[in-house]
Amino acid sequence: MIAIIDYGAGNIKSLQSALLGLDMKSCLTSDKQVIANSKAIILPGVGAFKDAMDALHELGLSEVLQKEADKGKPILGICLGMQLLYEKSFENGEWNGLAILDGVIKRIDGNVKVPHMGWNTLAHHQSTNLLANINEQEYVYFVHSYYVDEFNKQELISSCEYGVQVPAIVQKDNIFGMQFHPEKSGKNGLQLLKNFGEMVL
Amino acid sequence: MLAKRIIPCLDVDRGRVVKGKRFQKIRDVADPVELAKRYNNEGADELVFYDITASNEDRNIFVDIVEKVATEINIPFTVGGGLRSVMDIHRVLHAGADKVSINSAAIRNPALVKEAASKFGSQCVVLSIDAKLTSDMKWSVFMNGGRIDTEIDAIEWARRGEELGAGEIVVNAIDVDGVKNGYNLNLTRSISEAVNIPVVASGGAGKKEHFTAILKEGKADAALAASVFHYDEIKIPDLKKYLAENGITMRRETSWT
Repeated sequence: MIAIIDYGAGNIKSLQSALLGLDMKSCLTSDKQVIANSKAIILPGVGAFKDAMDALHELGLSEVLQKEADKGKPILGICLGMQLLYEKSFENGEWNGLAILDGVIKRIDGNVKVPHMGWNTLAHHQSTNLLANINEQEYVYFVHSYYVDEFNKQELISSCEYGVQVPAIVQKDNIFGMQFHPEKSGKNGLQLLKNFGEMVL
Repeated sequence: MLAKRIIPCLDVDRGRVVKGKRFQKIRDVADPVELAKRYNNEGADELVFYDITASNEDRNIFVDIVEKVATEINIPFTVGGGLRSVMDIHRVLHAGADKVSINSAAIRNPALVKEAASKFGSQCVVLSIDAKLTSDMKWSVFMNGGRIDTEIDAIEWARRGEELGAGEIVVNAIDVDGVKNGYNLNLTRSISEAVNIPVVASGGAGKKEHFTAILKEGKADAALAASVFHYDEIKIPDLKKYLAENGITMRRETSWT
């Protein structure tokens, strides 16, 4: 069972139905016991970094996530959920994140329109089971204005170019992040979710 | 590289996709969920659903459709039409929409754009602009389905929308909408150059060449169209192949027919 963290993160219907279609059992929950008993955790997220952290704190879930991460439970952060895994964000201020991974969140700069919205190509940096059947230069769907910087390069699995090098997929042991929306990325996105499931379930 | 997007638009009335020349002679074309699945399989990059229903009871049917669509497709989709409050927006996002498109309500109450952007994030707030060239050769913003001239300059309004927190702009040239003579290149380009958020062109698609023009000269990030897709006049896989051959970055998958 995958626990999808419920902290009012907006649209998770597509994620739930994608997992259902892949026969990956999931439940949307903010219950600490259910989260502790799950085999893996997905931390979804859209919207503002600070609001998301506030909500996690209020529900007492930030400590739960940090503890589960330490225990080796697989955690996948999607979009803002990936950014929350890092130390801090400079999104309209300076806010502390979950600090499960090393790195900071900065606004995309360069001569490009922001948000980075649409389908962009993946460039792979490592070979891992997470990328099974995902070719170099496959498209996935991004929608975000901030990106992960100052991270450990050995954790970078895949990236895309958009004004800067945007980390698209990261992994450190049991911790995974996808900056794009796999549940909105057609066939490739479903394959990535399936790969994640096969690695952790 | 970021691909340009091709976006079929589905106008929904009482549970059915309809299309006439916009706002007139509405014709029933299909079941929205079935059509959405078809476009998803054919390689559409996103979808847009406009609720053109008048009554509140029918609006519930629309929200049901949004929920069904969210479970059936795995590409992003935008919902518009009749969204007047943060509650209305919350309802369709919660039902599974990825973005909301706000048009007349934003003109009446610009704070709605700001509120929605801060509550749900800029990435899901789309400002939709209906613009028409007036007799003094200025692009004026129209509201209420093109019936009321607000006398607001369309380019200024786009800039204002970006300031308010919109994450994307849809430019609908209502002079050319539904007549298939091509998108309005000047208007779209002017807006695309005036803002630093993605711009979607809408209105006027009739031939594949129109898409090339709007995505190149018109500087649009995405092109939206309805009847050419609904009536199979242009097939999405053919269109994307054609555009890719003409040097436009397109997302393509080998499985598409």
